[in-house]
Amino acid sequence: MNVETPVEALKPNDYASDQEVRWCPGCGDYAIIKGVHRTLAELQIPLEKLVFFSGIGCAARFPYYMASYGFHTIHGRAPALATGAKLANPDLDIWVVMGDGDALSIGGNHTMHAIRRNVDLNLLLFNNEIYGLTKGQYSPTSQLGTRSPSTPQGSIDAPLTPLSLALGANARFVARTFDTNQKHMPGVLKAAHAHKGASLVEIIQNCIVYNDGAFDGWTDKKVVSDNSIMVEHGKPLIFGADENKGIAMAEDGFGIRVVTIGEDGITEDDVLVHDEQNKMLAMMLADMKQPEFPVALGVLFNNPAKAYDEAVHEQLAEVKEKTPAGTVNEMLRKGRTWTVSEGA
Amino acid sequence: MATNVASSGDGNRKALDSVVIRFAGDSGDGMQLTGTQFTQSTALMGNDLATFPDFPAEIRAPAGTTFGVSAFQINFASYDIQTPGDDPDVLVAMNPAALKVHLKDVPKGGTIILNVDAFTDRNIARAGYEENPLEDGTLDNHVVIAIEINKLTNAAVAECDVTSKEATRCKNFWALGLMCWMYNRDRQPTVDWVNQRFGKLPNIAAANIAALNAGHAYGETVELPSGVEAYLVPKADVQPGTYRAVTGTEAVAWGLVAGAKKAGLEIFLGSYPITPASALLHTLTGLKQYGVTTFQAEDEIAAVCSAIGAAYAGSLGITSSSGPGIALKTEAIGLALVTELPLVVVNVQRGGPSTGLPTKTEQSDLFQAVYGRNADTPLPVVASRTAGDCFETAIEAVRLATKYMTPVILLTDGFLANSAEPWEIPDADAIADFPVKFRTDPEGFHPYLRDEKTLARNWAIPGTPGLMHRIGGIEKDYDSGHISYDSDNHHRMTKVRAAKIDGIADDIPAQDVATGEHRGELAVVGWGSTFGAINQAVGRCVKDGLSVSHIHLRHIHPFPKNLDDLLSGFEKVMVPEMNNGQLVHVLRDKFLVDAESITQITGQPFKVSTLEREIRSRVEG
Ligand code: SF4
Repeated sequence: MNVETPVEALKPNDYASDQEVRWCPGCGDYAIIKGVHRTLAELQIPLEKLVFFSGIGCAARFPYYMASYGFHTIHGRAPALATGAKLANPDLDIWVVMGDGDALSIGGNHTMHAIRRNVDLNLLLFNNEIYGLTKGQYSPTSQLGTRSPSTPQGSIDAPLTPLSLALGANARFVARTFDTNQKHMPGVLKAAHAHKGASLVEIIQNCIVYNDGAFDGWTDKKVVSDNSIMVEHGKPLIFGADENKGIAMAEDGFGIRVVTIGEDGITEDDVLVHDEQNKMLAMMLADMKQPEFPVALGVLFNNPAKAYDEAVHEQLAEVKEKTPAGTVNEMLRKGRTWTVSEGA
Repeated sequence: MATNVASSGDGNRKALDSVVIRFAGDSGDGMQLTGTQFTQSTALMGNDLATFPDFPAEIRAPAGTTFGVSAFQINFASYDIQTPGDDPDVLVAMNPAALKVHLKDVPKGGTIILNVDAFTDRNIARAGYEENPLEDGTLDNHVVIAIEINKLTNAAVAECDVTSKEATRCKNFWALGLMCWMYNRDRQPTVDWVNQRFGKLPNIAAANIAALNAGHAYGETVELPSGVEAYLVPKADVQPGTYRAVTGTEAVAWGLVAGAKKAGLEIFLGSYPITPASALLHTLTGLKQYGVTTFQAEDEIAAVCSAIGAAYAGSLGITSSSGPGIALKTEAIGLALVTELPLVVVNVQRGGPSTGLPTKTEQSDLFQAVYGRNADTPLPVVASRTAGDCFETAIEAVRLATKYMTPVILLTDGFLANSAEPWEIPDADAIADFPVKFRTDPEGFHPYLRDEKTLARNWAIPGTPGLMHRIGGIEKDYDSGHISYDSDNHHRMTKVRAAKIDGIADDIPAQDVATGEHRGELAVVGWGSTFGAINQAVGRCVKDGLSVSHIHLRHIHPFPKNLDDLLSGFEKVMVPEMNNGQLVHVLRDKFLVDAESITQITGQPFKVSTLEREIRSRVEG
């Protein structure tokens, strides 16, 4: 019998580099990197196969703190670089770390198209609703009225909802979690990793310096059960500290509403069951906002289609089979040529 | 100029040693196709040739307008020629607008072949003529052959199963047939092409061939005005070898593929459609079987970024564009430069600034290539001089990018990209390999370890066990490759990046002299697609005993080591450029040489006669 020597299992810490982490003490990024280390250890991804791309911003320092391959690129462009790398070597396990300004403002175009093409990338969007690295300006996800150095009277342009945008771009996988929710995060990240194609995970992240407490209204331990909902495929959309609230169809059939089980004749049967392949439901869940609704967490949509990189390589293989390459000299001599002989 | 050499024994054909023909018509008239087919035939007949396609930016400008005129000029000869010719001996004008735009270039006594069916009152007015130019004496100084081409074409294709619209569309092939007769060109290559192109539409193929043959037969049978005869242009006496017609676009694509093979890499092209560079994306996409992945990105920035990502993963990263697109790529080129990844950036230059003249040629991106980035960011710049030369410069760009781990800018232009020339196909096996060696040894590794000689950093690609590392846009420590904000380190890294590029001067051939002596009165220094015009102008002056030489640069940055010495052997230096003076400033800056600038920013290539005049006005006979 052949006994395989077990390779020593990688521990969460093995995914951390030897570089000193330089986020502000108390920054949500610390929790996120911990969650990522744990997830990678659970998946046992070999370090040499793993690549982290990032753009610019606090979140973008992430690759330097990983023991894997990493590329800290330029503002907003990480999805484009990652797309090239994935097409060049589909065996790589590629993760892209982006901030909200990075992914949705300067890099909005690249985020949208990486999602639309369905490139097999794990896109982690750290959303803290502020620009941290450049010292606190409002971002495209900042709530209306956000006071910042560039909006001293309060911001007056409406924020966008990242997961709604992604679904609008035909995302095949969108999920949401938050920094301190360490129980929840690895499961979401593992689902994103298992999904072949572009997987967008919005990770709500507290910026302790410039936007502290922006999400306390629904992430704080005291309120999280009442003001957020963990969605799970095949399970009823029930939430609340007493587990008596649910998401049901609106009475007119257009949209959804929050109901209380046991009130107004509502029973558990009236509560919708989460179906991660239902795009309409995903769009409604993605758009749920405080205070009317709980914020939806978990895998909101997961409906795989062929990954772009896979399709590209299939086409390449097909062409190679149909038209074998030959040498460069043969390439140069294909088509019409003529020969001039000596003394002609 | 059409020079009458002798009457020949080939029927009653008169032999000419060179001819310049310009086909001109509406954008929808198929002039580019007509010119291309005539070129193929001419190449196969063994003439030397050069072409100049000149088309409007609008895909289908309103019919009959002067701004919708599309033209194709070909110069072919029984001797070695280098330019598409200054002025046409024959103008084929398919409508009044084409006549209006191009008549001024036809010398007195030149032949004009007109499609009179297009000279309706409406078209004449649309072209901006107040009177019918066929009747008001406008063409008195020319030999005019006015033919009812629409009518004759319709008659010729009557038997073919085509609509009247489809029939009229064959008129360019009728004109092509006539020109094939007039200059004794073989029609078979065109027939073959038509059959291949319209294989699924046999009626259309038949109609085009019928029109082609009818135009030819017309020449055989109809009495043409005096002064117009059937000609032949004997074969050029060229170097023995195997030839083909090639455009700069094809040559760049093939050169990149050949270069990648020499380096042992697969190609990844990230590109975004832009005139006149899109054709390179199309051509490379057709070469997938050679290990070429092409990616049409969402924008110019994503195009270059994807190529950098692919280079990081171990491919040869390539991105292609034209000036405005290169401007968008600039930040990312800086990233490739600081992370020291191999990247070839092809700039098919066009008229600028901004959108400028998208379909016209210009060489005004030299400053952009050499200087146009934030911070201290030197990189190699290589320029192609002819369509065929694009093959060699593309290989050179790949060699420098991979050997020195740096982005390289390859400058071509719209003229080179679109024009065709006969090209002696090189033996690719005779070009030395320059295989890339990825780092695999973890012993003592860090990402910025440098080769002592080239100063290139070692290339370790993701997937390699034990070499995990992080790179990025932040300055890195010379000794460890970690992030470093240390001021002395930044000084050192900036110097080493510059020294690496400067060192390339030791690895490129010494600057040669294309024509003339190595010392003398006047050096005409050029770069890029002006090669043919300068060379011919200098050649004529040298023949007349003038002390003038032509120096043409391939390596714009760094310059060849001997360039300084070479220039100092001349009393005067003149730099003709299709821009407002760019190379001239770089030369002055580098060598403190009193170089004089000759500029032309018309969107058209230099005429030989223009340059000859400039040279003669500076050199004593
Ligand atoms: S500025 Fe905010 S986001 Fe950035 S590291 Fe500090 S706490 Fe974190």
